[in-house]
Amino acid sequence: MKVTLKIWRQKNSNDKGQFVKYAVDDVDGEMSILECLDVLNESLILRGEVPVAFEHDCREGICGSCGFVINGVAHGPERATTACQLTMRHFKDGDEITLEPWRAKAFPLVKDLVVNRRALDHIIEAGGYISVGTGQAPEANGLPIGKEVADQSMDAAACIGCGACVAACPNAAAALFTGAKITHLGVLPQGETEKDRRALAMVAQMNAEGFGNCTNIGECTGACPKEIPLDVIAKMNRDYLCGSFQRRDDLPTPITPVVEGA
Amino acid sequence: MKLDARIPSGPIEEAWAKACFDMKLVNPSNKRKHSIIVVGSGLAGGSAAASLGELGYQVKCFCFQDTPRRAHSIAAQGGINAAKNYPNDGESVFRLFYDTVKGGDFRAREANVYRLAQNSTKIIDQCVAQGVPFAREYGGSLANRSFGGAQVSRTFYARGQTGQQLLLGAYQALERQIHAGTVKMISKTEMLDLIVVDGQARGIVTRHLVTGEYNIHIADAVILATGGYGNVFYLSTNAKGSNATAIWRAYKRGALFANPCFTQIHPTCIPVSGDYQSKLTLMSESLRNDGRIWVPKKKGDTRPPNQIPEDERDYYLERRYPSFGNLVPRDVASRNAKTLCDEGYGVGKTGLGVYLDFSEAINRLGEKTIRERYGNLFDMYQRITDEDPYKVPMRIFPAVHYTMGGLWVDYELQSSIPGLFVLGEANFSDHGANRLGASALMQGLSDGYFIIPNTIGNYLATHKFPKVENSHPAVQEALTTVKSKIDKLLSIKGKRTVDSFHRELGKILWDYCGMARTAEGLQLAIGKIRTLREEYWKNVTVPGAGDDLNESLEKAGRVADFFELAELICIDALDRNESCGGHFREEYQTPEGEAQRDDEHYSYVAAWGYTGPDSAPELTKEPLEFQYVHPSQRSYK
Repeated sequence: MKVTLKIWRQKNSNDKGQFVKYAVDDVDGEMSILECLDVLNESLILRGEVPVAFEHDCREGICGSCGFVINGVAHGPERATTACQLTMRHFKDGDEITLEPWRAKAFPLVKDLVVNRRALDHIIEAGGYISVGTGQAPEANGLPIGKEVADQSMDAAACIGCGACVAACPNAAAALFTGAKITHLGVLPQGETEKDRRALAMVAQMNAEGFGNCTNIGECTGACPKEIPLDVIAKMNRDYLCGSFQRRDDLPTPITPVVEGA
Repeated sequence: MKLDARIPSGPIEEAWAKACFDMKLVNPSNKRKHSIIVVGSGLAGGSAAASLGELGYQVKCFCFQDTPRRAHSIAAQGGINAAKNYPNDGESVFRLFYDTVKGGDFRAREANVYRLAQNSTKIIDQCVAQGVPFAREYGGSLANRSFGGAQVSRTFYARGQTGQQLLLGAYQALERQIHAGTVKMISKTEMLDLIVVDGQARGIVTRHLVTGEYNIHIADAVILATGGYGNVFYLSTNAKGSNATAIWRAYKRGALFANPCFTQIHPTCIPVSGDYQSKLTLMSESLRNDGRIWVPKKKGDTRPPNQIPEDERDYYLERRYPSFGNLVPRDVASRNAKTLCDEGYGVGKTGLGVYLDFSEAINRLGEKTIRERYGNLFDMYQRITDEDPYKVPMRIFPAVHYTMGGLWVDYELQSSIPGLFVLGEANFSDHGANRLGASALMQGLSDGYFIIPNTIGNYLATHKFPKVENSHPAVQEALTTVKSKIDKLLSIKGKRTVDSFHRELGKILWDYCGMARTAEGLQLAIGKIRTLREEYWKNVTVPGAGDDLNESLEKAGRVADFFELAELICIDALDRNESCGGHFREEYQTPEGEAQRDDEHYSYVAAWGYTGPDSAPELTKEPLEFQYVHPSQRSYK
């Protein structure tokens, strides 16, 4: 089949940027949309034009590198699917498909469909871990953890850090991402000790990076390729609230936020 | 050149403890005076950087992705082995050691493997303490499952995303050290050369992938944890960015490359669908716990699988290997699938596929149980193929997955260049000629959490580190080499894209140095690779410039290295006149078609040294001695 890709082209963060249309023939239904971009890029290179920049790595939906807005939806129309797993059989012959980068103040644009998502690392750096050094661990089965708790933790831990939740949110909030890590660690007995401080530090960093506030719209969980449930945000709010009562004198200082594309 | 593997003397059970005691220590207040470079942020690199940071060293960690959490360890699905013996089914450190040496077809170093088995239990403890949500039983204890090449259940898992969860554990430990200021993380940066000063590895030259800026980083020691080189085949289960450039440039600076021809073809991947295919997707080996592999008994049978009656199906692994059945090691499973497809029994449009059927397990255990065990894998399969594996058997075919070969290291994980350490898949150390499932995660974390923090201290405490200025001739020479290579690639402006060359190179390797190899085919392949490489340097086109994000340029440098590596792989495969593990030379097989080793002549590690751009590499042999596991013809019957 044949499709038209309408792609956001922008040389760098100083450039103004614009949509450019490209016709792609010989599209196979089995191709992923990234493979469709590969085909386009091969032809652009041979024509002496600059190929479209987009992030990708594992191409099996787990590394979180890929992602752009496809026809207005982060990662495209399919439920629980990253861009690399979105096959072209979901489009029709003659379709025009619009591709644009994640748009959020906290994700400065690098080039074309690539944005800088280091702000998400900063949120983890601020407190998204259990403070245990190598070699300090007790025997693994010494601490029984019920299957339901382990499953709840795993549901939240499945986050791949792609940033689709931020792109989908009208406020560009990172609440689902942050809540997922707070829930993953906080529901486990190993992670409970630090839960107040973790929530305070991570939320402070989230605000410092310029992510918006959560207004419980729920677009994030709808766009999430790993279907992280919305209750992780409730857990984050609860831990934050408890923490702010108990640790008023001990508020963490945020790390310098991300400001530029590179 | 004589290779000293520095294996401690005495009983193998005490070797590691003895080595640790004999190693010189760096006292706590001196640790912060030492700087260490870690290239790669996967399970091995991430865990090493975090652990070294905790010890107080000044660590710089590099990755080419935008964040360390994207390293390809994240894609490992099935699990991680450990000799915990929680199921009480006869597991022990010795059995894990034994299975790994045997699974590797007696081409691994015993002492290394024993240490790996010993460390395995500590890894599980460490990961649980970090909050890795491993699967649990209702009573709250950790769950286990079985994997290929083993008759005990020793594999720990977190759904089908074990690699992701272990990596996030290491990544979080790393971020904690970044926050503490002991580790400086430098992402979107690629190492392009190793700086060797007076025989010691003292730094690296890097290029920033967004700005194109070149940088020099000097340190007291360099650790490479840059993963495997499976992408030399173009189509593999590796991430698109996985490459051999860091280890290859280190090889050209004098590090020996061991057993390059030991590549693993994984039996359960989704078959290729078309020419545009950019990578292959693995379906975890854990599926072989409940899935049964079969092909029709009639050649070229085009009936849909559900219409083929039970007695017209050949469950060939169960038939040929009754005691291991569908859980034979990867090399055996792959080779059997290939043979049957070559004979015309394959299924699917291309005939390159076999069925992996869950109907029996679904009838026995119910769809709900199967969904709980493998739900995400089934979903992934359905997304890619548009077929429902709960109703129709999966079609699978072998694909390049892992490389057992890598830079040669001694027992302390130090390469043949002092001060250059190599961890994880990037080294050759523990898996011999074939890796067992769920052992890669174990090795990466054992190297990073528990081995390197000890052994690097021994190196730092026993060497001197005079200050190296950026103006040092060795530094400037490395920088010039890097720049001129990139300028050259940009200036060719030929008529073919980097990918088109890479595809063709991969096809040559797959055809002549894949699951079955012959002397004649390998010679042919070497000629073809050389011809194609010559064309590459005359006719490749790389668009754009070197001063911004330019993925074609990144790929061009990596493919240039793959050409040279591909040749070395074939040279090694040609030199090893035996079949062992993943290296199957058709000339050397038993009457039943199994791999025929030649222990008398080939029981050694083949370590190749670089001698110059147009001269043959030099072979050094490290003899392998087996005191605890007697080499025998591997039998899974």
